[in-house]
Amino acid sequence: MQIEFNLNGQAVSADVEPRTTLADCIRNDFGQTGTHLACEHGVCGACTVLVNGEAVRSCLLLAVQVQNDKVVTIEGLSGDELTPLQAAFRKHHALQCGFCTPGFITTAHALLSHEPDADEDRIRDVLSGNLCRCSGYVPIVEAVLEARSSYRDSGSK
Amino acid sequence: MKPPIFEYASPLTVAEAVSLLASRNGNAKVISGGQSLMPMLAFRLAAPELLVDLKHLKDLGAIRIGEDGVRLGARVRWCDIESDARLAVSHPLLAEAIKHVAHYQIRNRGTVGGSVAHADPSAEMPGIAMTCDAQMKIVGSAGTRIEAAADFFTGPLQTSLEQDEILTEVHLPAWPAARRWAFLEFARRKGDFAMAGVALYYDLDSGSRITDAHIGAIGVADRPIRLTEAEAVLNGNQMSDKLIAAASAKARQSIDPPSDIHAPGAYRAALVATLLGRGLKKSAA
Repeated sequence: MQIEFNLNGQAVSADVEPRTTLADCIRNDFGQTGTHLACEHGVCGACTVLVNGEAVRSCLLLAVQVQNDKVVTIEGLSGDELTPLQAAFRKHHALQCGFCTPGFITTAHALLSHEPDADEDRIRDVLSGNLCRCSGYVPIVEAVLEARSSYRDSGSK
Repeated sequence: MKPPIFEYASPLTVAEAVSLLASRNGNAKVISGGQSLMPMLAFRLAAPELLVDLKHLKDLGAIRIGEDGVRLGARVRWCDIESDARLAVSHPLLAEAIKHVAHYQIRNRGTVGGSVAHADPSAEMPGIAMTCDAQMKIVGSAGTRIEAAADFFTGPLQTSLEQDEILTEVHLPAWPAARRWAFLEFARRKGDFAMAGVALYYDLDSGSRITDAHIGAIGVADRPIRLTEAEAVLNGNQMSDKLIAAASAKARQSIDPPSDIHAPGAYRAALVATLLGRGLKKSAA
């Protein structure tokens, strides 16, 4: 099936099988491999992307379901410079192998864009859908807590 | 972990969706949020010929609140319920229970209709439908029918939906302002499926005696169930520690949960008794 949507600010189109997940489409059809696939059944959160501003799991979504929608992946969040959220992850050692990081960044970005005053409980609640197997979660939560100020200053991005 | 081959359609009306379902003799499946169906496709536990996406049926996304209760369209998402401030008054039990459903990203896609039609025995929404005597609105080739939750859930992941039918609305009857209630569940990790959960509500008569007690349990049988024997212990009596203990003991005796890798059946039965006891205390506070 022919589909058209907006990927990281660019209008794109692809000819996909209906069974193609959005995650596979982004990675294989558009070569944007920042969206990571681990469990492929909605448990780990590594493949989280934004669809029309909302964090969703791209392994639980078919590419044909995002027709005309606006999709943003980890590649779409920053240019050459780290965003304040990414810089906070670096500062707090909130990643080690980095495999889960795109999912954490996209999820935390969606949260802080909607709720820049989220408290630690809310942040932990929201990040409970993402698994990290090396850093532990404490530094990740600290990074997200610190990044809140940049979302308050600039409004939602 | 790649889904099997299927065709895809996104009809513009419910009638069109029904005729697409009817055209495939049971080999078509409805998809909306896909948060239960996509994992089943990935594991190839489901392999339909055709997926019928309800994405264009905007009307099914509405939460309607009136004197006769709360009507949840099948496409209402968990995040829609979470952000609807009216529900804290119109149906606090629903609002509380839905806080326990899944994780952030899934809550942005998962739907009421999907959860109810999927009928996982440990899922919150089917439990609330069962506890609250919900009425299911179902549209099929033969027209529209209304079915009580008690008749809708027929087994593990099984419902009375026919091959050409779509669940379009879940109607929860009106909620009196003074009603007492509680929802408690236990999961090893917040957002995961509950090992067991209890939803309850009751009203008080002029003598502070319990009337119309409803207790539902999830995760303890092949479908969401009502604990009618424990309800009978409560009805007509004033709340007390002794009554709570009696109702909890009755609940424990009246169920026979299955054992699985997460917990033995006896543990789940004990868990229900504990959750019910805590819930009753909380409701009376």
